[in-house]
Amino acid sequence: MTAFGKLIRTTAFRLTLVYLFLFALFAASLLAYFAWNTRRLITEQITTTVNAEIGEITSIYDRRGLRGLLGTMGNRALRPGANLYLLTEPNGQALAGNVGSLAPGVMGIQGWAETAYRRLDDNDNTDHRALVRVTEMSNGFRLLVGRDLEERRRLFGIVAKAAQWSILVVVVLGIGGGIFVARRVLRRIDAMTGTTKRIMAGDLSGRLPVGRSGDELDRLAENLNAMLERIEALMVGLKEVSDNIAHDLKTPLTRLRNRAEEALARSGCEADYRAALERTIEESDGLIRTFNALLMIARAESGQARGNMDDFDAADVANGIHELYEPLAEDDDMTLRVKAAPAPIHGNRELISQALANLVENAIKYGKPNATLQPLNAAAREILIEARREGSQVLLSVTDHGPGIPEGDRKHAVERFVRLEASRTLPGSGLGLSLASAVATLHGGELRLGDSHPGLVATLALPARAGGSDRLAAQTQDVPQKAA
Amino acid sequence: MTATAPQMRILIIEDDRESADYLVKAFREVGYVADLASDGEEGLSLADSGDYDVLVVDRMLPKRDGLSLIGSLRDKGNRTPVLILSALGQVDDRIKGLRAGGDDYLPKPYSFAELLARVEVLSRRNVGPAEETTYRVGDLELDRLSHRVARGKDELTLQPREFRLLEYLMKHAGQVVTRTMLLENVWDYHFDPQTNVIDVHISRLRSKIDKGFERPLLHTIRGAGYMIRDGIR
Repeated sequence: MTAFGKLIRTTAFRLTLVYLFLFALFAASLLAYFAWNTRRLITEQITTTVNAEIGEITSIYDRRGLRGLLGTMGNRALRPGANLYLLTEPNGQALAGNVGSLAPGVMGIQGWAETAYRRLDDNDNTDHRALVRVTEMSNGFRLLVGRDLEERRRLFGIVAKAAQWSILVVVVLGIGGGIFVARRVLRRIDAMTGTTKRIMAGDLSGRLPVGRSGDELDRLAENLNAMLERIEALMVGLKEVSDNIAHDLKTPLTRLRNRAEEALARSGCEADYRAALERTIEESDGLIRTFNALLMIARAESGQARGNMDDFDAADVANGIHELYEPLAEDDDMTLRVKAAPAPIHGNRELISQALANLVENAIKYGKPNATLQPLNAAAREILIEARREGSQVLLSVTDHGPGIPEGDRKHAVERFVRLEASRTLPGSGLGLSLASAVATLHGGELRLGDSHPGLVATLALPARAGGSDRLAAQTQDVPQKAA
Repeated sequence: MTATAPQMRILIIEDDRESADYLVKAFREVGYVADLASDGEEGLSLADSGDYDVLVVDRMLPKRDGLSLIGSLRDKGNRTPVLILSALGQVDDRIKGLRAGGDDYLPKPYSFAELLARVEVLSRRNVGPAEETTYRVGDLELDRLSHRVARGKDELTLQPREFRLLEYLMKHAGQVVTRTMLLENVWDYHFDPQTNVIDVHISRLRSKIDKGFERPLLHTIRGAGYMIRDGIR
């Protein structure tokens, strides 16, 4: 598209054209109104003058007879100016006046007429136009008094010329202004387009220029910049994650490779090979688990898992997970307890169960009380799973009395692959809290990490299902029987 | 895996040559008749004509995808049990697979032990014995109606979940049952716990049914899972 083509296609330019047309129309109608009124005024003036003259001439004739009339006519006809006089006999013979010729038949009709004429003293042979009135006098003579219309024509010409000029000026100014405005807008849009192209090409740090006027384009640019900010943050996050993935997957892959190599190099007995292969399978199972967890998080974060949502009671999830993990906790010399009140929710049951399971596994793994810091009573070895409704939220929490997570580290702990110093030596992928957090986000909630003095309380705060409490009250009556 | 059982016939529909060959070889090694189809159309005609006990179907196949293959088989009234293999391991993909008419779903990558255990459980279904009300393994007896469990003359007290665990193991007595199968069928969870949570439940159950008896019935199958079996047979 040419630069000009681009220009005339802008909204600003098109709007200008519309306004241009409107203004031209306005100017034209204003002038037309003016012209029409002026013309009416001049005509009125002529009729008044002519009527007065006729009155005067008639009264002279009445007073001084034919001689006086002819004298007056002769005098008036000689006056310079635009007035016309003609006196004829009843047979049409001209007696006095300054009219040389008239359009035929004008003298035959009494009253007003617009006619072409020539003056007697005129040397040129051009016709002029005049407004005349013919009256019959008492002696049968006909009297014509009129006035040339040149003045009226000239005034009309001036107005017409003014109309032409003003429309020309409106058009020129309008198109000029339109091009000016359109170019201004176009320049800014082109600047934005240029920046977005650069950004699309990969330079995410680019930002749109924002002017100081605070107009609609500035507001748009500000919003787009905020969006770019968010995209950049996401990209940085993504990059961080892929770096972490690369690191955390490469480490076990390297171990895997080293073991296979070592087994090959050392020509050991079958038992050695077998042991090496078993470790290899173990290591790859761990890798697969990590991959699965990552995929799960990605799906939860991208919102794809939204398809599989239904209504259920979070208390059932808490009871189920308690039932599954209670023996494991006991084997680890911990007590797992559950306190579940009806908590209606709409969500993906499988994902919420897994998120809660991750929190419980974390509590069993990392929530052991530190023997040197606190007396090891039964309460310190207790892990509590809680489900309850609080206002518009359903809270699923797991509380332990272990070392907890220092407040400054809590935000960090939720990130993918982050394993806090204290837990580096224990097995685990470092994805448990990330998955729980992603699941909470998917449901429009959040994962909160808090202090249980001492210990950690991890809470999945999810939006409660609206209007589900009545139905659930009836539903939960059989829960105690189930648990028994 | 009793000697008297007729040879199990299995059809593998998988387009990846290497994994298909590996599966055929592995199934033949455990004594199965294993056939191979490498695309959806061939798989459909073979599955339709052959008399197979189990079909192992890859989800993504050339010419006709796995789910549509299962759909047209079911439309024709073919009820052969189908196990779907898929690189898409997520919960909703599994549900889609089962809705399309699959009987079980195994995400890739899988261990052959897991696949074998699931195929055996599926094919037993093909034989279709009436659901018995009492399961017996050796002198262990489980009454599904009265929820009574006894070993010899001793009445055993089991928690509800322990009962369901034992019920599932005894329903598939003589077959290997993997940890994931237990988690899916007894607890109805389809995620992968990072801990040995199932082992702890098994060891509790074991302490109730095997402790103090001369002959253990609940066996750990290394690298695969668990099996309940009377040692003598």
